[in-house]
Amino acid sequence: MHAIQVTDLRKSFGDNAVLKGVGFEVQRGEIFALLGSNGAGKTTTINILSTLLKADGGTASLAGHDVATDAAGVRRAISLTGQFAAVDEILTGRENLELIATLRREASPRDVATGLLQRFGLADAADRRASTYSGGMRRRLDIAMSLVGTPEVIFLDEPTTGLDPEGRLEVWKTVKALADGGTTILLTTQTLDEAEALADRIAILHGGVIIANGTLSELKALFPPATVEYVEKQPTLEEIFLAITGSTTKEA
Amino acid sequence: MFRDTSALTGRLMKQILRSPDTIVTVAITPLALFLLFRYVFGGAIQSDGNYTNYLLPGILCITVGSGVAYTALRIWTDKQKGITARFQTMPISRSAVLWSHVVTSVVSNMVTAAIIVAVGFAMGFRPHAGIGGWLGFVGVLLLFTLALTWLAVIPGLTASSMEGASAFSYPLIFLPFLSSAFVPTATMPGPIRWFAENQPVTAVVQSMRALVEGDPVGNDIWIALAWLVGIGAIAYVLAIRTYNRPRA
Repeated sequence: MHAIQVTDLRKSFGDNAVLKGVGFEVQRGEIFALLGSNGAGKTTTINILSTLLKADGGTASLAGHDVATDAAGVRRAISLTGQFAAVDEILTGRENLELIATLRREASPRDVATGLLQRFGLADAADRRASTYSGGMRRRLDIAMSLVGTPEVIFLDEPTTGLDPEGRLEVWKTVKALADGGTTILLTTQTLDEAEALADRIAILHGGVIIANGTLSELKALFPPATVEYVEKQPTLEEIFLAITGSTTKEA
Repeated sequence: MFRDTSALTGRLMKQILRSPDTIVTVAITPLALFLLFRYVFGGAIQSDGNYTNYLLPGILCITVGSGVAYTALRIWTDKQKGITARFQTMPISRSAVLWSHVVTSVVSNMVTAAIIVAVGFAMGFRPHAGIGGWLGFVGVLLLFTLALTWLAVIPGLTASSMEGASAFSYPLIFLPFLSSAFVPTATMPGPIRWFAENQPVTAVVQSMRALVEGDPVGNDIWIALAWLVGIGAIAYVLAIRTYNRPRA
């Protein structure tokens, strides 16, 4: 059984057809990236899969639960990390985690929080209000909150949007570590390098349909063989930035 | 549902305790009006009794009217930050999220109301109620808060801007002025008088006044209860429906 199975998903907002028959499958333990430009329908897809939005047509099931008929079952199996870090900024990092652990009926919310704070490098900041966190720290707390109760499937909707380069690397490291734990991850992104860095498989959502779907090497094979050109390697601005600031990916 | 509600209410109470200025801010405008009517206009208003006693229930209504705006604001902020979406996609009781906001609203409004009543005592508020009268007084105020809070949930969930989320409370704050909260309705001109005598605040204020004075409450209490239960029930149904409906 697939962790995520989506068939012919359709959704319009008024006259604007956003999804025109989207279909894909995600294996258990896989990191699957939905790549698309702004407004391509990535968030709409995630919102339908996480029971926030009703589809006009098509079917979707998560860990065997149908989103239309078994929303409660889906909610037990998933965790949503939305486009903005959904943390309560007036509470501390620990309190945020304990709240979610209590709601997920964990036997010992305090131990769950301690474990996740350790794992996400937030132990030192545990008792500070989340409003004092950097963007990267807030996002890590957000992802940590989504891990409480070890859901089978985690949605990450543009997890690095709005982060500075350091924050972005922090989050990448976190996501890679998650996959090693065997969790299925569906992430959306606008940037090619993010999909390339994180995903086992990549689907490109464009014009309301999936126009390509496969591993990076499969996608590469779709294109004509590369002609070899010699280009002087310029450092990317990101490399320059990180070299000048002398930054490691340690927390701020 | 009870466990979810109490966990979520704990979160909101922490928010309030860490910024207690919300409780104080809510109290300032009603207190200013209280002082203004008691000491500036009060002398010119013909009154055959204790005017502080007369004023207090209306001032409390204004307090609650402005207090629930903060509830709408908190719900709106949760939605903007994606906190509501997080809770909506979790395996928890659907209504617990809204109930936590409602319980928080009732508790914080009662604290603000207690501050107003304490100031009222300093200004010459001298009630004649027994235990029953006080219980009735608090009960009506609780029901009033509950009804207005459920009303506040709707703009909190649907408003597209922060201003929109709290703007609904302006008419609620203004309504007591077009009632018998400050002056008897007898001197008002025809249509205004008709409105004042038939709108819910008049019945609420008059029954609270009678309860705290130890006077017979007459029909007012039934009219007040009918209004409050009616408004509260309709607002509750609409709020829950708005919250549960997956966005189209």
